[in-house]
This record gives sequence, C-alpha cells and structure tokens, in this order.
Amino acid sequence: MVNIIAGILVVLGALIVIIGLIGVYRMPDFFTRLHAASVVDTLGTMLIFAGLIILAGFSLISVKLLLILLFILFTTPTAAHALAKSALHGKLQPVLKEKV
Amino acid sequence: MLELATALILLSMLLALVSAIIGKTVYDKILAVNIFGTITVLFIAIFGFMTERPEFLDIAMVYALINFVTTIAILKFFEYGDMGRSSRLSEDVDI
Repeated sequence: MVNIIAGILVVLGALIVIIGLIGVYRMPDFFTRLHAASVVDTLGTMLIFAGLIILAGFSLISVKLLLILLFILFTTPTAAHALAKSALHGKLQPVLKEKV
Repeated sequence: MLELATALILLSMLLALVSAIIGKTVYDKILAVNIFGTITVLFIAIFGFMTERPEFLDIAMVYALINFVTTIAILKFFEYGDMGRSSRLSEDVDI
C-alpha cells in the first residue's frame, strides 16, 4: 500500500517534468521559457523526492534526500535569477508592447 | 511503478537535449543544460532506489552541486570573456 502511494507520487513527478519541458518547447520568448522551466525544478523535484522519502521510511536515507531537496530548492531559483539578469545585461529584449 | 518513472524521465532527457539543440539564443541553451543536470539528479535518485542501492544518493548530491556551479561559471564566462582576473594578474605581479 505504501509502495503504491510512493510509486504514484514518483510517476506524477515524472509527468510534471515532461509537462514543464513541453512548456519550454512551446513558449515564444526566453523569459517565458525560463518561467516554464522553473516548474520542473520545484514541483517535479518535490513530488519525486516526496515519493522516494515515503519509500525509504525513517532512516538516514530520508535525511540525505531531504538535504538534496533543500539544496536544489535554494539554488535553482538563484541560477534562474542569474540567467535572467545576464540576459537583460546582454540586451535580450522580452516580447512586450513597450520597450524595457 | 519505478520502471515507468525511469522511462518517462529518459524521455524528458531527450526532450531537454532537443530543446538545447534548437535553442535560438545562447541563454536558451544554458537553460536547457541546467535542466538536463537537474533531471540527471532525479534520474540517479530513482535509479538507485530501483536497483535497491540507495548509496547512489551521494553521487546525486555531488552532481547537484556541480550543476549549479557550472551554470554560474558559464554565465560569468559569457558576460566577461574570461573567468576572473587570471589572465590579467600576470601583468601586476612580477613573480
């Protein structure tokens, strides 16, 4: 029973990853693509790791998984911010009605 | 269940690679490679649980660190042309 719940969470996380990447493929601009890609890093990672933590039980492995999850949650928005700032500095214009 | 998730994640790795190849600007490609690294971390974790060897999580943690540092270093390289003052330092010091 516990295995089935954990398996469903992991498969759901993998589906979220695919949905996020389809969004990256279909978006018209770089900044919207960056926004769609952050879905993969937060929701997909959290669902998959939640499923794996339920599968591992209460042991050292769950603590390691939690640490990896915390690190990914802290660093991927930082990398996205650095990408956006670097793109604006490199004079990449977003698709807007007015000029940035 | 885990085998199905592994197959889906491999498919998404292929999607990320295609998105890196057909990216129009360089920032699109850097974003796609960053996503590929995060998906690799997920794949290592799931694969470790699938083969009953959870010791793979140490590799996943190391690769998450490497992925983040590499993205920041590549962005710095594209903005400034070099990584830090390593090429300019030799003119100031006469060692």
